[in-house]
Amino acid sequence: MEITIETIEHVASLARLSLKEDEKIRLTSDLKNIISYVEKLNELDTSNIKPMEHVIPMKNVLREDIVNASYDRNEILKNAHESGEGGFKVPKVVE
Amino acid sequence: MEICKLTACQTAEMIRKRELGVEEVTKAYLDRVEKLDTSLDSFVTVCNEEAMDSARRVQKRIDSGEAVSKAAGLPIALKDNICTMGVKTTCASRMLGDFNPPYDATVSKKLKAADTVLLGKLNMDEFAMGGSTESSYFKITKNPWDLERVPGGSSGGSAAAVAADFTTFALGSDTGGSIRQPSSFCGVVGLKPTYGAVSRYGLVAFASSLDQIGPITKDVADCALAMNLITGHDCMDSTSADIKYPDYLEFLKNDIKGMKIGIPKEYLGQGLNSEVKEAILNSLKQLEGMGAVCEEVSLPLTEYAIPAYYLISSAEASSNLARYDGVKYGYRAEKYTDLLDMYKQTRDEGFGDEVKRRIILGTYALSSGYYDAYYKKALQVRTLIQNDFNKVFKDYDLIVGPTAPTTAYKIGEKSKDPIQMYLGDIFTVSANIAGLPGISLPCAKDSKNLPIGIQFIGKAFDEGSLIRAAYTFEQNTKLDMEPAGLSTLI
Repeated sequence: MEITIETIEHVASLARLSLKEDEKIRLTSDLKNIISYVEKLNELDTSNIKPMEHVIPMKNVLREDIVNASYDRNEILKNAHESGEGGFKVPKVVE
Repeated sequence: MEICKLTACQTAEMIRKRELGVEEVTKAYLDRVEKLDTSLDSFVTVCNEEAMDSARRVQKRIDSGEAVSKAAGLPIALKDNICTMGVKTTCASRMLGDFNPPYDATVSKKLKAADTVLLGKLNMDEFAMGGSTESSYFKITKNPWDLERVPGGSSGGSAAAVAADFTTFALGSDTGGSIRQPSSFCGVVGLKPTYGAVSRYGLVAFASSLDQIGPITKDVADCALAMNLITGHDCMDSTSADIKYPDYLEFLKNDIKGMKIGIPKEYLGQGLNSEVKEAILNSLKQLEGMGAVCEEVSLPLTEYAIPAYYLISSAEASSNLARYDGVKYGYRAEKYTDLLDMYKQTRDEGFGDEVKRRIILGTYALSSGYYDAYYKKALQVRTLIQNDFNKVFKDYDLIVGPTAPTTAYKIGEKSKDPIQMYLGDIFTVSANIAGLPGISLPCAKDSKNLPIGIQFIGKAFDEGSLIRAAYTFEQNTKLDMEPAGLSTLI
């Protein structure tokens, strides 16, 4: 399917990116070029080939459920743009 | 004697024998960085006071016999995507410009426990996405061999700092070649370990199924020393391999007699600079002279590795980078209308162009209706590429070839064309796709006096053979590796 500026707007909205007009134009042509380049993979027949999920064979990794010390809440909150009452602050969501 | 010219192994030995003090060594490196890094821009953060404090502490521990590591007292530096508690970890992004990790990455912890001294954090492409360190939000690192050229990337700050003798060694990270290619461009040794050999806990994630931390060092012996410090199982990383890790120093043997080395014909074909090709062919003759058996092999899917890599890595990146929302840490936009708009403005302003390009590609490849055509297809090709390697490794111990198709190029030369930049990864991405270890070390210089790197790729968890082959090659091909661009500054 053709990649248009609307495609970029849709994908940017999925990715929570607000793009400026010139960025949208540039990314439309970039994505077109990159997608036509990666379509080279279609030259390969991959029917019946398992998609690789783990590069090194590994089963589910489990551990004993032991209580350990966690991080200090205040230390974690120090990196937040805005915090208060022991939590992260965000713009009002519920009226 | 110039302290900063010593290798890590030499420095550590002199510290052990009390011929050098930790403070003396640390001060020598900090002074050199202060004097010369204004021209190279390899560091994002220099820990002047903290490093001297920690040097004093380590010296005490050495004097009291508590510091027993073979690396005790070594000043080191880390790529700025490796979390260091209390020291800013920016990923060279505006998004994390003020991020102070409340914890240490496992490798940072291990290096501290080994009584090394952290000098600072090194520049990189933003979120490790790039091959030239030009996409850093803060500064463009220059190549110590020629200040008008890039150091490679994404661990360009790490490679430049090691080449410039700003640190005894550094750590970088490699998702598609980001340790090996800058090592090649800067004339130093860089190893990407097998996926799972080094814990990724505390490495800011780019593409989780491909990322690995590894050392960038002045020589192969230092590489073995650094590998001893950082490998090992870690319960904080569920992809960490629970196996027995060897003492890599034991592989420093000047002997590759009978070693079977395959040279993929695809690694000498189209797109390879003629001087690099000549250097590699000459190195093959040298390897044969050292007793290795070199034969042509084929990795027919080589040309598909880059498209598969860009789909997989960008898909994973789009998911990993979803966490940057201006809430928990990092940058938040000043102007916005509501929560959703805050996310969108924050991400638009906080990320640079290359990062946004990859998020868009990755989100597109994962989006409804395209998942099978792009992401799943790439994972199937990933299986085929691994099969290719398995076939060759049935008959050969190692694979050899160039690290990068060219030597270091000029700043600005490729930054406008993403696909041109991506093609620079042609010989390195396959090892990440197949999870295999790879090492780059200098093998020659081109007519512009720029270093050329040779790469060995090994079987999974067989870093020992890589180190043995690289060490033998290094011992038998003494090169003058004094960076020319740097000497103009001194």
